[in-house]
Amino acid sequence: MSFLVRTKQKFSRLFKGLFKKKQMRIGIYGPPNAGKTTLSNRIVRDWTGDAVGPVSEIPHETRRARRKEGVTISDEGGNSVTIDIVDTPGVTTKIDYKEFLEYGIDSDEAVVRAREATEGVAEAMHWLREDIDGVIYMLDSTQDPFVQVNIMLIGIIESRELPVIIVANKTDLPDASPSRIKSAFPQHPVISISGLEGTNVEELYEKMIEYFG
Amino acid sequence: MKMIQGVQIDLISADRLERLTSLEKVRLILEKVMEGNVVVLEKGLSADEQSLLIETTMREITPDGFAGIEMETYSGGSSESHKGGGLFGGIFGKKESPGRLTVIGPANQMKTLKKDKDLISAWVSSR
Repeated sequence: MSFLVRTKQKFSRLFKGLFKKKQMRIGIYGPPNAGKTTLSNRIVRDWTGDAVGPVSEIPHETRRARRKEGVTISDEGGNSVTIDIVDTPGVTTKIDYKEFLEYGIDSDEAVVRAREATEGVAEAMHWLREDIDGVIYMLDSTQDPFVQVNIMLIGIIESRELPVIIVANKTDLPDASPSRIKSAFPQHPVISISGLEGTNVEELYEKMIEYFG
Repeated sequence: MKMIQGVQIDLISADRLERLTSLEKVRLILEKVMEGNVVVLEKGLSADEQSLLIETTMREITPDGFAGIEMETYSGGSSESHKGGGLFGGIFGKKESPGRLTVIGPANQMKTLKKDKDLISAWVSSR
């Protein structure tokens, strides 16, 4: 390879590095059991055919932030956005290992789970302050949205001026009330979906292209 | 001396909070809450301080020991009202809401019974 070609390639890489638009890192945040991993899996499966992590009814199943890089979402009009999806552990201000015992987990494993969950939440909070460019905030629409942890997290996201889409999940359940979420956070777009059944996720994808593109 | 059963409540003035750095505030709150006290802040924490409080709380949780915190505060109003800071706030990116009266207690002793926009009712058990 001639000196000229090598030099040209080196400069090409340098310029690509300098001017390449940084891929937005989108964190999926929310309280435990809101359906964050179900949605992450759906997004990643729909657009890459892959998956992010396991889901379960036990709170704090996701105890480490999991990232899937380079997920490109596009619409019929040719608009698209390429993002890194970060599935985060459910944010809470308290974790007691005894809660896991109710799900038939033995004491030793419950202690380990609780420790991993605390580390995961701490890490998720740190990511939010340092490494996240946009947020999908997941809420279970059968639950009261006016709880302190939601108000606090939305406040933190707003203070960092991050674009946020609020997702009112679990609309497949009979007591779902997405309108309660819309009235709680009127300053942000709220998309109602069933992450489990895939209902209305297209609207979410369109909003993601608009907001994170 | 006869031991008095009950819960200590620490009311921390806005003046004292203003003299502390974010990390000092979080440490002060957690030290007191981990002793089983309920802390009432005359002026609440900024969003970044709340985030730091959650992160530090998580790092202090131990099995059969400290289980975390319960926290309630009055909302700071609409998101637009958070966007203060004037010209210099805009330039330096300071958009911190000052926060309002805030109650923080140990999760295994404190339960919020009711929270309205102008009333927080909490029930606290002794250890």
